[in-house]
Amino acid sequence: MGNYEPKIVAFVCNWCSYAGADKAGMLKLNYSTDVKLIRMMCSGRVDPQFVLDAFRKGADGVMILGCHPGDCHYRSGNLKAMRRFNLLKKMMSQFGIDGRRVKIDWIAAGEAERFQKVANEMAETVENLGQLHLRGYVESEVQ
Amino acid sequence: MAKPKVALYWCASCGGCDEAVVDLAENILDVVAAVDIILWPIAMDFKYKDIEAMEDGSIAVSFINGAIRTGEQKHIAELLRRKSGLVVAFGSCSSLGGIPALANLTSRRKIFDRSYHNSPTVVNPENIEPKMKASVDGHVLKLPEFFKTVYKLNDVIDVDYYLPGCPPTPELIANAVTAILEGKLPPKGAILSPDKSLCTSCDRNETKPEDVTISKIKRVIDIEVDPEKCFLAQGIICMGPATRDGCGQSCINGNMPCTGCFGPTDSCRDQGAKMIATLGAILEGDDENAVDKVIEGIVDPAGTFYRYAMSASLLGGARKEVENE
Repeated sequence: MGNYEPKIVAFVCNWCSYAGADKAGMLKLNYSTDVKLIRMMCSGRVDPQFVLDAFRKGADGVMILGCHPGDCHYRSGNLKAMRRFNLLKKMMSQFGIDGRRVKIDWIAAGEAERFQKVANEMAETVENLGQLHLRGYVESEVQ
Repeated sequence: MAKPKVALYWCASCGGCDEAVVDLAENILDVVAAVDIILWPIAMDFKYKDIEAMEDGSIAVSFINGAIRTGEQKHIAELLRRKSGLVVAFGSCSSLGGIPALANLTSRRKIFDRSYHNSPTVVNPENIEPKMKASVDGHVLKLPEFFKTVYKLNDVIDVDYYLPGCPPTPELIANAVTAILEGKLPPKGAILSPDKSLCTSCDRNETKPEDVTISKIKRVIDIEVDPEKCFLAQGIICMGPATRDGCGQSCINGNMPCTGCFGPTDSCRDQGAKMIATLGAILEGDDENAVDKVIEGIVDPAGTFYRYAMSASLLGGARKEVENE
């Protein structure tokens, strides 16, 4: 696979995980540039279609980061995200996509170091897995 | 004035769509009185060379059912596209891939291995497989290509309208034919069925509790199904929330849950993902282990959520390990 740069899309919730990433920035903590953040109002807003679309458009890994269970700004959005995500992960294995390419985790607004750790670990995991290269139905559209 | 010419063709399909045309019953006599059927392989005898000899655009409308799996199907679809003013994708398979497109979860190699080598009823000591070209006693025999994936019709040709359903109901067919004959057609690309989810017209919607929760997934053989109550409220996977309306609820009225044959609504790109979104909101379990325990009840998520819409899904099929699988 060589030294390719994995593309990892991270959907981060506005109230906790994005704030955590922001704090990592303020503290000047380095994290992998392979991780691209997309700010959502809530992890519960992450439609499974977004995850599949990210893979279709060439992502090698996708993360959903939300508030810790019990801390959701909208009470239970993160739990809904977790239920969707577990079902989606089970289904993606039928599509031949390694379960390690998708990850859900919880990061609080103050957990800058934790954000750094989760982002770097995911980048390393996906780098080791290699490029996803969706061959099959969409091969003509995706490289 | 000459009657408008109509072609009906089947690709990778079961014949149910053609049966649905016959199910127009005596109304089919009105259709036949109004149009001239020039191709209908399942029911009448026509020759492809007669179609090839026709002027381009001289067929008023072609109704093509079935998914595209072989080179022959693609060839005839392209021929009919050239010769037709309008092409209607008829039924789930040509609109969305349908049941045949579930084969996109496997590969051509695995299908051939199973069908020509490993199936217990196969005896094939010479390991013969279908080839596109073979010579026997100096004669060259040709077979159409078996594609790597199953396509929906609009992957191979331009499609004007879509009639969803497995099969489309006689009412939808009659409405479509009437609209075409009277020239009262919606904008190109329209799906000729209401753009709302099945739940909006489901009679059981009234019985749906404010907050549906599923603590255990059940199948229709596991319980005595209440004929009045919302299927999801009974713990049975019903694709209604992620499926387009227009079927007349034939399955629901037969006390069976929706399996999703009408595909998604216009606002949704991926039927399976939408169903996962729905279930995520109603499955019980506040930690991963509890959720996984409930999810265990969904044995085949891809086959359940994309039963008819695999070719129309975002991923389209399983990722192939090697290029030519």
